[in-house]
Amino acid sequence: MAAQNPPVQGASSVHAAARGAIYEYKPLSPAQLAWRRFRRNRLAIVGLIIVLIFVFAGVCAPLVSPFPYDRTNLFKTWLPPGRDPAHVLGTDELGRDILSRLIWGARVSLVVSLAATGIVVSLALLFGFLSGYFGGVWDYALNRMFEVIGALPGLLFQILLMLLIGNGVLQVTVAISILGWPGLARLVRAQVLTYKERDFVSAARSLGATTAFIMVRHLLPNIINPLIVAVSFAIPGFIAAEAGLSFLGYGINDPLPSWGKMVGAIGRYLSSPNYLYVGVIPTVALALLVLGFSFLGDGLRDALDPSSDRARL
Amino acid sequence: MARYILGRLAGLVFVLLSVSFLTFFLMYNTPGGPFDEINQPLSPEAKANMMRKYGLDQPFYVNWWNWITKAVQGDFGISYYYPNTRVIDLFSKYWGSSLMLGFLSVAWSFPLGVVLGVIAALKRNTIVDQIITTIALVTVTVPIISLIFFGIAIFVIGLKWFGFNNGQPLYQQPPNAWVLPAFIFGLGTVGALARYTRSGMLDVLGQDYIRTARAKGLSRAVVIMKHAMRNMLIPLVTVFGPVLANAITGSTFVEIAFAIPGIGRFFLESIYTRDYPVIIFTVIIAATMLTISNLLIDIAYTLIDPRVRLGGGH
Repeated sequence: MAAQNPPVQGASSVHAAARGAIYEYKPLSPAQLAWRRFRRNRLAIVGLIIVLIFVFAGVCAPLVSPFPYDRTNLFKTWLPPGRDPAHVLGTDELGRDILSRLIWGARVSLVVSLAATGIVVSLALLFGFLSGYFGGVWDYALNRMFEVIGALPGLLFQILLMLLIGNGVLQVTVAISILGWPGLARLVRAQVLTYKERDFVSAARSLGATTAFIMVRHLLPNIINPLIVAVSFAIPGFIAAEAGLSFLGYGINDPLPSWGKMVGAIGRYLSSPNYLYVGVIPTVALALLVLGFSFLGDGLRDALDPSSDRARL
Repeated sequence: MARYILGRLAGLVFVLLSVSFLTFFLMYNTPGGPFDEINQPLSPEAKANMMRKYGLDQPFYVNWWNWITKAVQGDFGISYYYPNTRVIDLFSKYWGSSLMLGFLSVAWSFPLGVVLGVIAALKRNTIVDQIITTIALVTVTVPIISLIFFGIAIFVIGLKWFGFNNGQPLYQQPPNAWVLPAFIFGLGTVGALARYTRSGMLDVLGQDYIRTARAKGLSRAVVIMKHAMRNMLIPLVTVFGPVLANAITGSTFVEIAFAIPGIGRFFLESIYTRDYPVIIFTVIIAATMLTISNLLIDIAYTLIDPRVRLGGGH
């Protein structure tokens, strides 16, 4: 942070502040600096644009999708893209508009992955704080949970869980977030351990600050950057997990579309290359959104953590 | 060392008890049961008889404990769906294909990933580096179902180079049946390894002893091969465990898509038929492989790098 201020030789900090006032020098906030670094990374900007397009499609799905996602038309099945101006991306085996299903699929994908992120971050902050700050029993419990969850064969366990709780958006979110939080909790714990014995925390404590105050005002700001970076890399994983479960038939419930389900449904028709487009479209969308998020994550890492090696590129 | 290993083994026992308990809880509370025939339903009396025979009229924790006491004696029960067949026999029938797929995919992807990572680090900030890091990012993040679909669309349907499996074990098949699955399954490992190696190599290349070696007048090639590579390879040991465990237990999607009779596919069939003994055995085997590979890796790590102390430095 010190590097942001102009070098002022032989002046105490009081003088430096006074000079700042005289010349109306405005230091850039950390967020502004991060945005500057982020902007330089072209791939990250591409990622941001891809993500924003899908987020827009997902948020406005009821407005922008030309047809309801479950409207079938048995007179217009298997229309290839571009054949019928009403169905830009064509129709599937039941005559449902693929563009509409794609847009609603984006909504499902984003809702599941972002909600899972919310759950995972909350659990990670809670358990990471408890075990890092208080140690002892909490630390022991977190380690045991980490071991058990780390030993669970992810996909097999998620399928079993989905069988028990049934298909649906909320259920998928729960199934994929339950296994995802211990890694982040360890990250939070490590950050808390690094900072909790620092002088500024001791000073705050000796001035009578409560534990909650120290956590929110002193520890959280030091955790937030690595957490954002870790989360931006976790989101593609959640998207892939949802698509994978739906692909196997243990994910989103009918008639709601999901990209994974759209890819899985084409399996029966793979004998003819004429039907391939029905699978290609959601597959490309899936790959694009996931790549968008990870380009974004790379950019965020370089912007928020200048010491990482990519920042030197 | 011995004390540490004993401690870890005790941890392993706790983990396996927890995992099996969770699995029993999920299985026994899931709607539907192993004897709910839809086409030829059993009479209620016969069904009750079957349920009693297999102990299914008892709560799940009773069954869990019974299973544990038998499992420690090496008895993992018989399948519900294939009567009079031991679970272990069924498992070993499907095991080979998954094992082969996993080893094939690791065999090509692990070395290639390391080589690509080293090249990227040495050619840092050049176009070569950018191409490698971008390819690595793509293969790591694009979901396996997308990779599978692209692979099938291009190589099976478009170019007709490969076919689907005919349901026979993979090791009884010509290369035509396993080249593409092994290729697709290994892609993610290539990317992960390349990224990991690249950052590890960059770390090492920035160390003082590398600069010292260069300053002494050693050639670039010698410094890279003798000083940098050796130290870069040490952290790779830690990734090998998870990669191998994933290779052997994580091929479900590839097995489904290519009709390979492996463990993942068999697990899904057992879920469909609610074949509890098979389900619990598959989960436990996968969990054991994951934890044991982690333990072995930790031990191997200390043998390679004496600076690392086990168990928090006592």
